[in-house]
Order: sequence, then C-alpha cells, then structure tokens
Amino acid sequence: MDDHTVLKTTPLHALHLSLGAKMVPFAGYDMPVQYPLGVMKEHLHTRASAGLFDVSHMGQVIVKAKSGAYADAALALEKLVPVDILGLKEGRQRYGFFTDANGCILDDLMITNRGDHLLVVVNAACKDADLAHMKANLEGCDVTLLDDCALLALQGPRAEEVLAELWPDVTDMKFMDVCDALLHDVPCIVSRSGYSGEDGFEISVPADKAEQVARALLEDPHCEAIGLGARDSLRLEAGLCLYGNDIDTTTSPIEASLEWALQKARKAGGDREGGFPGAARILGELANGTTRRRVGLKPEGKAPVRSHAKLYADAEGKSELGEVTSGTFGPTVEGPVAMGYLPVSHAAAGTQVFAEVRGKYLPMTVAALPFITPTYKR
Amino acid sequence: MLKFTAEHEWLKLEDGIATVGITQHAADQLGDLVFVELPEIGAELTKDGNAATVESVKAASDVYAPLDGEVTEVNQAIVDDPSLVNSDPQGAAWFFKLKLKNAADADSLMDEAAYKDLIA
Repeated sequence: MDDHTVLKTTPLHALHLSLGAKMVPFAGYDMPVQYPLGVMKEHLHTRASAGLFDVSHMGQVIVKAKSGAYADAALALEKLVPVDILGLKEGRQRYGFFTDANGCILDDLMITNRGDHLLVVVNAACKDADLAHMKANLEGCDVTLLDDCALLALQGPRAEEVLAELWPDVTDMKFMDVCDALLHDVPCIVSRSGYSGEDGFEISVPADKAEQVARALLEDPHCEAIGLGARDSLRLEAGLCLYGNDIDTTTSPIEASLEWALQKARKAGGDREGGFPGAARILGELANGTTRRRVGLKPEGKAPVRSHAKLYADAEGKSELGEVTSGTFGPTVEGPVAMGYLPVSHAAAGTQVFAEVRGKYLPMTVAALPFITPTYKR
Repeated sequence: MLKFTAEHEWLKLEDGIATVGITQHAADQLGDLVFVELPEIGAELTKDGNAATVESVKAASDVYAPLDGEVTEVNQAIVDDPSLVNSDPQGAAWFFKLKLKNAADADSLMDEAAYKDLIA
C-alpha cells in the first residue's frame, strides 16, 4: 500500500491513541501494533491474565435466506465451504474456509448458527472479495456487512472473570458457544473463541458503544490492551494459521493440515459429500494424502527464522524442501517458533531441516503444533 | 568524544578505537529485542555495510558499520541477554569496538546536538 492511501479507522481508534498505541497500517486500517507495555509483555500478560484486542477491521457478515429458514442459508453456504453448516446447532460456531476451483483457500472464517441466519467473520484483507464472493454465489440469500459494529477480542485465563464483571452469565458458555448478551446494558454478541490459544471471547459491539465497553473491560486491573504484534506471536505459538502467510490460494486445506475442519457430512460417504469448489482435489487428498504438509518448526538456536526463509534437507543448501510461512520469537516458549511447508518425507515430528537465514543454514526440528498447551474451556 | 550516525548508532571515540552501539531512540523504536548477532572479532567492516543484526518479536533489523575499520572486541553480554539493549543501549549494551582505518573519518559524523535535532 502506498503512503497516499487514506487508512480506515475502527470505532476504537481514539481509544488506541489515548492509550499511547504505536499505530501501523494493516489491511487498509490504521491499527495498534503495540501499546506502551510492548509486544513481549503484552504477549505474556495475555497468557497470564487477560488481554483486550481490537479486531474491528475484520468483516462481520450476516447471511440470511430470503425464505427465513436457517437450513436454506446453511445449504447455500455449504456450496462455498467444505464444512458441515447444516448440522451446526443454534448458538454454536465453527471454523471453515472458502475454497476455490483448484481446492485452495480463498479465506478462512468463523461461521455461527444464529437461529434464523448465519453470522460469518472473515479476514480484513479479504473482506471485500469475500463479500463479493458470497453475494455472487449464495443463492436466495441476503448478504449484509455489519459495518456499524466493532469486534473486540478478550483473551486469557482471566478473560471470563473480566467479562463477568459486565455480564455474569458468561460462565455458562463453553468453547465455540455464541449468544446475545447485555454488557452494562449494551446489546452484544459474545462468542467463546479467539486466536491466542487461550480461553477467551470475541464480542461484537455496536460501533457507538464500542469505546464504552472497551473502557469498562480495561477498568479491570487484570485486563491490558494488546496490539497486533502480540496477537501474531500468540496465534503462532498456538499453531493457528494467518491467512496470506500460512494459507492462501496456493495451499489446499489438506496441505495446510486443516483436515480436522471438515466434518463427516461433507467427506466421502457423508450425507452431503463434496459439493464445494475444489471438492475433487480436497477429497482426493483426504483419501490418498498430499505431497506436502504444513508443520511446526522449532529453530534449534536462538535466531528467529522468519516467513519466506527457504528450507533445505542439508546444511549446505543443496536440496530445497520448502519455505517458512510464519516465524517469530515466542515469548511464552522463550525461543523462536515457526511454521512452514515440507514434503511428507520430511514432515514427521523430530525431523531435522535447515533454514537459510542471512547466508547461514540454521538447524530446525519439525515440531508438533501447538507450541503451547491451549486452555480452551470445552 | 561521542558521535552519532543517521542510522541511529552512537560511537565513543578513544585513541582511534570506536565503541559502537545503537541509540536510545533506535532501541525504543525497535521494541523488545530477542536476538542479537554480532560481527566476528577481526572482521573488516566497510562504512554503511552490515555489521550486526538485531531482532525484535516482530522483525529483524540491520546495524550498519558507522565507519571503515576492524572489529577488535564484541559485547557477548547482549548476545546472552538481548533485553540489555532495551534497558541500557548507550551504556552496558555497546555492540562492538572498531579500530578505525582513518580516525579522522569520525569528524564527519554528527555530534550529540545534531543527532538530537535529527530525531526531534
């Protein structure tokens, strides 16, 4: 993006500035990368207590069938994602992705059954394309972007306690539950989910009440504002994909080790087998395997190995295997962590490979994901 | 004598040897450092060439050689504990010592007042 592009702002922009955030352009928005606490402490605070993130740049979209029936909206969306949407119970959400005709990933998203409609949350960078994709392909449905709503993420072991100050019923929710809630009389939609590997919540708030709710949550001494820098290191330690880095239109869900996101109903022999773009390839890879896989990578030394570092079988850089797609220093792991793609011959945990960093070949070990133990409340 | 570069390095000059580090301003901009790679002792550095690498959680950044010279000493303490660069960048967290090829080259660098104007 060039410097002349006018950045969009979220309803919490003024709050970020008042908290002393360092702002950066991200997916067309002026977003807080860190606050005065700094990336390292923000990361560790989230794992130890509670962190509040502004994720309002993401797209919140309502999909409602003109018939008013949930099943019609679900079946329409199933034509774009390899996920069981019809079987999703009211008040529950699940992870999915839009696939293309090549069986690759257009975007990943969260999908919720809201009774008579679907609520989907998509990535900021893909928002416009996803909206166009849904409007063009969801037959018999109205597709509406909720552009008057902010989205907050409250993550960490004390997230429930912090949210309970505003809304005591939160304790009834389990991982991936979604429900309406009044947070100090502000009508919100709360889901028990997130992108940190910790227990936590995402809270959809009317834009004009977003700062009020955010400030009320931040009043709790356990809760700190957390920027995009720590959001990235938290999700990487948790083994979660970042669209555009770890998954994109060159990776299939099976290559990306995301086969857990496909339910039985959409797989071979299921009630609604296939019927999504790229089904032949994706179901074929499920049955027969694929040539490469997304894996965790643990550098053996102290140097972080960043995205696009080339991976080799040998320490001389002769036999290229693939590349790192995300890499950083993991504050909780207290060392560098990474993810990348390797041929199945080199994808087993414990396999040693070498990453090219500044002309040197640094040893890395294929590691099981996630790098931390998630604390989701199941 | 203390000198500064536009790349946010400081040099303390004594008898033709420059002790080199990064400024408080640079350390603040980089954020929490997690990794430091220093040059080899004996390495011949060229002005504006790569001398060292520092990494924060977010990104890697180069530290450039402020002048031509030979590395005579490196500070292992910042390799062992990169956070020292954040806590004391213009003191204990020096990076390396450089035996200058031409001591007079340092005259062309900024003094502290000029550097403060640059970052103001």
